[in-house]
Amino acid sequence: MDLFKMFSKNDNSKDIAKERLKLVLIHDRANVSPQFLEMIKGEIIKVISDYMEIDESALEIKLTRTKRDADNSTVPALVANIPIKKMKETGKI
Amino acid sequence: MGEVIVVTSGKGGVGKTTTTANIGTGLSLQGKSVVLVDADIGLRNLDVVMGLENRIVYDLVDVVEGTCRLRQALIKDKRFNNLYLLPAAQTKDKNAVNPSQMQKLCLDLAEEFEYVIVDCPAGIEQGFRNAIAGANKSVVVTTPEVSAVRDADRIIGLLEANGLKNPQLIINRLRIDMVKRGDMMNIDDMIDILAIDLIGVVPDDELIVVSTNRGEPAIANEASLAGQAYRNVVRRLMGEDVPFMNLESDSGFMSRLAKMFGFKKKK
Repeated sequence: MDLFKMFSKNDNSKDIAKERLKLVLIHDRANVSPQFLEMIKGEIIKVISDYMEIDESALEIKLTRTKRDADNSTVPALVANIPIKKMKETGKI
Repeated sequence: MGEVIVVTSGKGGVGKTTTTANIGTGLSLQGKSVVLVDADIGLRNLDVVMGLENRIVYDLVDVVEGTCRLRQALIKDKRFNNLYLLPAAQTKDKNAVNPSQMQKLCLDLAEEFEYVIVDCPAGIEQGFRNAIAGANKSVVVTTPEVSAVRDADRIIGLLEANGLKNPQLIINRLRIDMVKRGDMMNIDDMIDILAIDLIGVVPDDELIVVSTNRGEPAIANEASLAGQAYRNVVRRLMGEDVPFMNLESDSGFMSRLAKMFGFKKKK
């Protein structure tokens, strides 16, 4: 039985199903539209651009879930990946 | 005043009608008075699953519109004590009834029966709103597939938003062999995702198809594994504490499976 598990572990389709479900349910439950994320994206670019030059075309923003440090429970999280080109003078000390 | 339990799922084809038929029959086998209500107006099926399709004279819409009295539309299942069916109309559509009419109907039925089990149509439209209108308890049926679980999650949200707190989950058509291979979500995976109380796990069982062919609920069949699972659901609905077994632990798989459904080893 363990031998069987060892071989099949890497491509358990149920793990894929579970991960996909978790992601899709975050969106379903939050009831957010792609437009909503685009609005957030626009606002973030506006704020950050005052302090640094960013690569707007490579900016990624998504809703996902993460473990909370305090009690290890799973909570939704807004993850933004914002590539910085360079800092602006206003941002420097 | 009886309990009004709505059996729902969001997605079609996951076993709402089969579950309704089996739970209802099981409750009547336990000595309760039960009425099954088919709320799937236009696509009625509870009558054929119960094997009562030849005895329909009046239907739910006739009652609501006042064409007949409630008593006249109820079909008594002669095989069981105190089990009745209120069939849906087949020629009307979901808009023939509104939620407040359904509420009154369920209230009237709950006056006379200990359990009113409402078979909800698939979807989240008018038919769903009608079916849940008179309910004070809800059961969500799902299968271990992404589409069914996603829809179940949506339904759970809608039930709670409509004041039906603590919906209870039935995982239907679980294939133990596939769970074992890691090719099907297991019970823990699904509870983890849906985060509601589990009231039953029904294994995939060919006898369900056979009994539906015959119009005889599987719960009355002692040999059916799914029937045994439904008997456990019924006892839990009545407030009994029937244990679940954990499929995840490592030893004696078949015996754990047998225990999970409340079997004693025969061989």
